[in-house]
Amino acid sequence: MAFDEYQKRDFKQVGTRVRRPDGVDKVTGRAMYGADATAPGMLVGRILRSPHAHARIKSIDTSAAEALKGVKAVLTGADLPVQDEDFIRDVQDNCMARNKALYDGHAVAAVAAVDAATARAALKLIKVDYEVLPHVTDVDVAIKPGAAVVQDGRTLENVPAGMSENLTSHCEFGHGDPEAGFARADKIIARSFRTAATHQGYIEPHAALANVTSDGKAELWCCTQGQFYVRTLCAAIMGMEASQLRVTASEIGGGFGGKTTVFIEPVALALSRKAGRPVKIVMTRDEVFRATGPTVHTSMDIRIGMTKDGKITAAEAHLRYSGGAFPCGTVDMGAQAAFAAYDLEHVRTYGWNVLTNRPKEAAYRAPGAPQAIYAVESVVDELCQHFGLDPIEVRLKNAAKKGTKSSYGPTFPDIGLVAILEAAKAHPHYSAPLAPGQGRGISCGFWFNFGGNSCVSMNINTDGTVGVTEGNPDIGGSRASISLMAAEELGIDYDRVRTIVADTSSLGYNDVTDGSRVTFAVGLATIKAARDAIRVMRGRAAKIWGIEEEAVDWKDGAAIPAGPNAGKFPPMTLAEIAAVSFETGGPIAGHHEVNVDGAGVSFGVHIVDVEVDKETGATKVLRYTVFQDAGKAVHPSYVEGQMQGGAVQGIGWALNEEYIYGADGRLQNPGFLDYRVPVASDLPMIDTVILEIPNPGHPYGVRGVGETGIVPPLAAISNAVSRSAGIRLSELPMSPPRVLRALGG
Amino acid sequence: MVKVRLWGSLRQAADGLTDVEVEARTFKELLDRLGESYPGLKPQIARGVSLSLDGVIYREAWFTEIGPESEVVLMPYMTGG
Repeated sequence: MAFDEYQKRDFKQVGTRVRRPDGVDKVTGRAMYGADATAPGMLVGRILRSPHAHARIKSIDTSAAEALKGVKAVLTGADLPVQDEDFIRDVQDNCMARNKALYDGHAVAAVAAVDAATARAALKLIKVDYEVLPHVTDVDVAIKPGAAVVQDGRTLENVPAGMSENLTSHCEFGHGDPEAGFARADKIIARSFRTAATHQGYIEPHAALANVTSDGKAELWCCTQGQFYVRTLCAAIMGMEASQLRVTASEIGGGFGGKTTVFIEPVALALSRKAGRPVKIVMTRDEVFRATGPTVHTSMDIRIGMTKDGKITAAEAHLRYSGGAFPCGTVDMGAQAAFAAYDLEHVRTYGWNVLTNRPKEAAYRAPGAPQAIYAVESVVDELCQHFGLDPIEVRLKNAAKKGTKSSYGPTFPDIGLVAILEAAKAHPHYSAPLAPGQGRGISCGFWFNFGGNSCVSMNINTDGTVGVTEGNPDIGGSRASISLMAAEELGIDYDRVRTIVADTSSLGYNDVTDGSRVTFAVGLATIKAARDAIRVMRGRAAKIWGIEEEAVDWKDGAAIPAGPNAGKFPPMTLAEIAAVSFETGGPIAGHHEVNVDGAGVSFGVHIVDVEVDKETGATKVLRYTVFQDAGKAVHPSYVEGQMQGGAVQGIGWALNEEYIYGADGRLQNPGFLDYRVPVASDLPMIDTVILEIPNPGHPYGVRGVGETGIVPPLAAISNAVSRSAGIRLSELPMSPPRVLRALGG
Repeated sequence: MVKVRLWGSLRQAADGLTDVEVEARTFKELLDRLGESYPGLKPQIARGVSLSLDGVIYREAWFTEIGPESEVVLMPYMTGG
């Protein structure tokens, strides 16, 4: 059996609900977030942003700002190098516009000054001469003939000639002959859907403190989901060697995918290099909304055929996603995920990416999947209603399972969808009575999960405690789960292990904390690092006992003779071996570096009860239950938290959250007063049911859990609304005005 | 020979084929042979692809071994949040 494969075992530490290591610092205010970093002589950085959705920058006059007392540096796009490679050029141009402002809020200049008041005053002295251009902020309008072209020359070779220049890429997935399948259907429903762009809504705004010294070295402290990737991007933009830029990730106040790239970090570095002093930039909430990375907004056409006994005969989806003013590949993920929950003989999805004058999309939990699956699950539900069929029974009848050729190509190995559906069907929530006016909806969800580059270093201290160093910011409890896996493998108590997140100079490259990868991939590296340390400790015990290393086993946190022929020695514990490590060869450590693959896909099912107020159009969520296959739940409380958090963000997406642009192309609601995220008083307790179907690609059976939870709520709530109010909405969010319009009010 | 399933929009770069056959023992060899046999695939390979091997998705890993009976599906490079 290969190392990485799952092996059944009785866990002692993994699966327990230990105290979270960051809890005390966070509730007492001691945790150091991005904006808490300071440095002697630090300047305040501020960014000037375009008031236009689309404008050519004819000139920028910074002379008055530079002359203002207290201003130490002024920066424009002309101060940054011209990049040859498309991807880096897009990242850089999004941080600081060069020739054109591509959306409302696009950065056009920046200043560093001795205080915030001076910096703000300096921004007002910068004169930008704009030539305002026609703009387009809607995905459907952007592909019409005559629409404003956001960027020309960005169309990939996979887009047929003669189409809108705003169409930058195309994808197609599927198998079979959908038209033949539709011919066998008793009912075909075709519907069009739209979903609004939403923001991840993290509480902590982006913050960065940069310090570039005169010898070309640089330090950067920032809140990010991936300090190593920040280093890669910033080093490319700054023309620096990676070794000269050390990036330290702060404690993070939420990311959800939105902190997987850079926005202000290169600007802070460039200002610091120009000023010769440390520069700190902290975004306002207005800037976070206008100039970071919300989701794509979408327009979708779905067609599904079904027999009267609930068998899906064919399915087809056309997806148009816009990730703003720069090309993005999110529609590829949506097109692959759309029908993943179903075992289909005939299926096809087509995806198009569309440019609009909006901010550059960033990832948001399961990027691309919630939108497509919302549309698919809505039509499946409408077919269930048409035939009077039970929604879970229909999904069971068509569920993907081991051996199913997935709609995106591969044949599924062991997956947990049927088990999850069965659990949902058997749960008391599904059979609980509803009062008049209340409706119940369900939806399936899916996400791929993946692994990636991971490095772990593990030091065995002489007092028998263990320090684990890993390189991924902890956005979902990874320090606890990694400590638990280290303790499990070493055979010691969780309290004897402390895990810290390293800066980029202290460890090899680690991929970003995304893709639900950390507990799976870094956990695997941790287990292997522990086995490396155990190998060393077995060797030390063998030397002490005067026997061969192969004659020493490791059990329950101690070296033991492998058998009667090895000799009679009492177990030598980790602490005993560590205590004499200086005398037996020096400090003891284990480490492991790997690019992990083998992440298992994840399915979820959500059940929700709602009641629509037909006078106000407001939808009240009454009861909500999440079912998800987590593989082995390393720390069940954190797993539940991920499931609950995903559901809550999905509820916001379904009911209220929306980027609203005016006719002038400017964002109308860049703040939490007008961009309505759910708060505790809006929500019932989100109940959770964890199913532990082991991932065969991980020694403990772990799967990722961070993303799948946001996928089902959109359709589950829409389906519940249709059963509560008798209206089928096809556009998100289902905000009160939209519901009232659908009700004819 | 290894049979490789391409996603639909790559057909135009592979003589209209959805399934193509190349001589390869590893992920790296497979990408190289695909690029040589179907130069129209090179831009997508350069942008990044994932590989599903018997249902397990690999994002990189050049030296992942591929057997002649393996189910091999080329996929876009996976990204997450």
